[in-house]
Amino acid sequence: MFFLNFVLRNVFRARLRTALTIVGLVIAVLAFGLLQTVVRAWYAGADAASATRLITRSAISLTFSMPVYYRDKIRAVPGVTAVSVSNWFGGVYRDPKNFFAQFAVDAPTFFPMYPEFVFDADSYREFLRDRRGAAVGRQLADLYGFKIGDTIPLKSAIYPGTWEFNVRAIYDAKDETTITRQMYFHYDYLNEQIKRIAPRRADQAGVFVVGINEGQAAPDISRVIDAEFKNSLAETLTETEKAFTLGFVAMVETIVVAIEGVSYVVILIIMAVAANTMAMTARERMSEYATLKALGFKPGAVAAMIIAEAFLLAILGAGLGMLLTPIVVKGFHAATVSVFAKMPLVPQTFYLQAACALAVGIVAGIVPAIRAARVKIVDGLRHVA
Amino acid sequence: MKIPASYIARNLWVRKLTTGLTAGGMALVVFVFAAVLMLDAGLKATLVATGSPDNVVVIRQGSQTEVQSGVSRDQAALIETSPEVARGADGRPLVSKEVVILNSLPKISGGGNNQATKRSNVVVRGLPEMGKTLRPQVRIIEGRMFRAGTSEIIVGKSVASGFAGVEIGQHLSFAGREWTVVGVFDASKTAFDSEIWGDVEQMMQAFRRVVYSSVIAKISAPELFTALKARVDADPRLKVDIKREAQFYADQSSSLSNFITLLGMALSIIFSLGAMIGATITMYAAVATRTAEIGTLRALGFQRASILVAFLIESLLLALVGGVVGIVAASFLTAITVSTTNFQSFSELAFAFTLTPRIVISALIFSLLMGFVGGFLPAIKASRMKIVDALRAD
Repeated sequence: MFFLNFVLRNVFRARLRTALTIVGLVIAVLAFGLLQTVVRAWYAGADAASATRLITRSAISLTFSMPVYYRDKIRAVPGVTAVSVSNWFGGVYRDPKNFFAQFAVDAPTFFPMYPEFVFDADSYREFLRDRRGAAVGRQLADLYGFKIGDTIPLKSAIYPGTWEFNVRAIYDAKDETTITRQMYFHYDYLNEQIKRIAPRRADQAGVFVVGINEGQAAPDISRVIDAEFKNSLAETLTETEKAFTLGFVAMVETIVVAIEGVSYVVILIIMAVAANTMAMTARERMSEYATLKALGFKPGAVAAMIIAEAFLLAILGAGLGMLLTPIVVKGFHAATVSVFAKMPLVPQTFYLQAACALAVGIVAGIVPAIRAARVKIVDGLRHVA
Repeated sequence: MKIPASYIARNLWVRKLTTGLTAGGMALVVFVFAAVLMLDAGLKATLVATGSPDNVVVIRQGSQTEVQSGVSRDQAALIETSPEVARGADGRPLVSKEVVILNSLPKISGGGNNQATKRSNVVVRGLPEMGKTLRPQVRIIEGRMFRAGTSEIIVGKSVASGFAGVEIGQHLSFAGREWTVVGVFDASKTAFDSEIWGDVEQMMQAFRRVVYSSVIAKISAPELFTALKARVDADPRLKVDIKREAQFYADQSSSLSNFITLLGMALSIIFSLGAMIGATITMYAAVATRTAEIGTLRALGFQRASILVAFLIESLLLALVGGVVGIVAASFLTAITVSTTNFQSFSELAFAFTLTPRIVISALIFSLLMGFVGGFLPAIKASRMKIVDALRAD
């Protein structure tokens, strides 16, 4: 008890310094948590992917399409339960800044494969009935204020002209990981328009979404599908939805790695600040430590006091920072909602924050602790800060 | 009366550990700050250098990138015959009709043994001989140029170093053909370094394309651009966008550049808070331990203002040390080339960290600013001390 009391009183002796150090720690722990969460956010799409869906795309690259009749050939592969078509539309809503994804899909085969999108039965029927109908995710609808009955004009960089779609349904997310920040409309509508304006580009599919019975069969089924189209004009590359989504993250991996690296730099900075505080504290109190030793305290006990003080500082700072993290993440997500669909705050982030706080405590306390433990009583008593 | 500079510098030297830790914290912040600016400068330098001022790029209206564009043979011919377009010694118009395709290729992974090969989109450009003439910065550094009418390709320097299976003699298989790599080219640190080049007619045949992606034309003089643009815009047969090549590539940098700048500045500000707190703690401690000293200085006749300035200079000096260390550390980054996907063109782009004098100055100003803010309150405290109280301090 005495020990704890002693440490507590020492921590709050230089109030301004302690307060500043704690503020620094809070900022660092917050920044670290935020950056870790931003890194996680890149993987949100992969988290939402299902193990029983495969994506078949052109082996050359995503910018190449495949003949839509591939659908029937893929459907015939053993183990495949459903196949649907999805085309990236690349439309711009009013201003290029308003980026969101739109896909032209074959709705009757597509949505049964995506049970995580929850529709109201009536509006879903309305959506199917309207050739120019669109289904909009809840997040997207909230972002731009889309309501059922609205018309969304989109200018596409891929398909010429301005296109208009009627919002017929707004779907909800089944659970936390589901991303509902995209818009779907009918592939048939897109295709019949293209037949009119650019017949050579008609009857093409961007990707096929392939439903399978069990996730374990994915590698085999992928191989069979790709073998089917080997040496054809449009060879395919089939992978799980997760691998497909991770492929996008891999493209910008350098950036993700840089953000992650930088998140550890902030910890280094705060280590320097906290170590500085502890070094100054210990230097100023060298004569006190000598006195304690003269009173019979073992060098280990003196060192423990200093380490405990450093830990207490780190725990206070990190604790406050961790408490504030969810609030800051929420605020940050509100500001960047057009970039990141999800910003999941995972328990791991908190574990990492806590681990970093412990590391800061050890690093900050270790040098002064050793010094205090080693100081000769005579020298220490004579010490002037 | 001013307090001698050596007194200020020696005060920092006395407390080596504290000075080192505080300056070290600041150095890290300056390092991050400089690194971000260098990355942005490298990206811009690469893309801006790619375009030459008297080349123009023609793409389909609203298509924004060459990959999404389509320009028909008729349209290309119309541009070719425009009077603003320069002609070579043999009287042929200096026009290159090209096709641009994205091909996803496996990257050489840095970390080694993780099994999933990371793929990224590489620009494959089909171009006629004229295409190389219009880009004088491109030199073959290994092997030879591809021959027209064959399935030979040459790869840019960054593709050669970043992707697997593109060594001379190896084959790439796409569009139902085997394409043989016969050379490596150096495009003087422009975006072309991240491309693969082959013969345009062969590519069109292989990909069954009937339209070009873009038309690159050299104009006789840069001023003629306005006239050419007016002509093209007025012609109802030409539903195309025409841009100066330099502008075309600069536009492609905007989205990635904004992202880097925004992220970097946000980080720098947050981190600098930490470093400033560090400086404040250090300077408060310096003031506290030197109370008697300050009293003596005042008693000797030094003004309050001199004390204030002395402590501020001490803090600025501390920050300067950090700043210089940070910049020196960041300068080592110039050896590193970053390769990532440019969101706008959806293709891989390699660019190097670039250190410019402006960045050095910005980083130094930034570090001094941290020193000033961090040292301000402690310096005020030092200057406000009463002589009697200060001298009485132990």
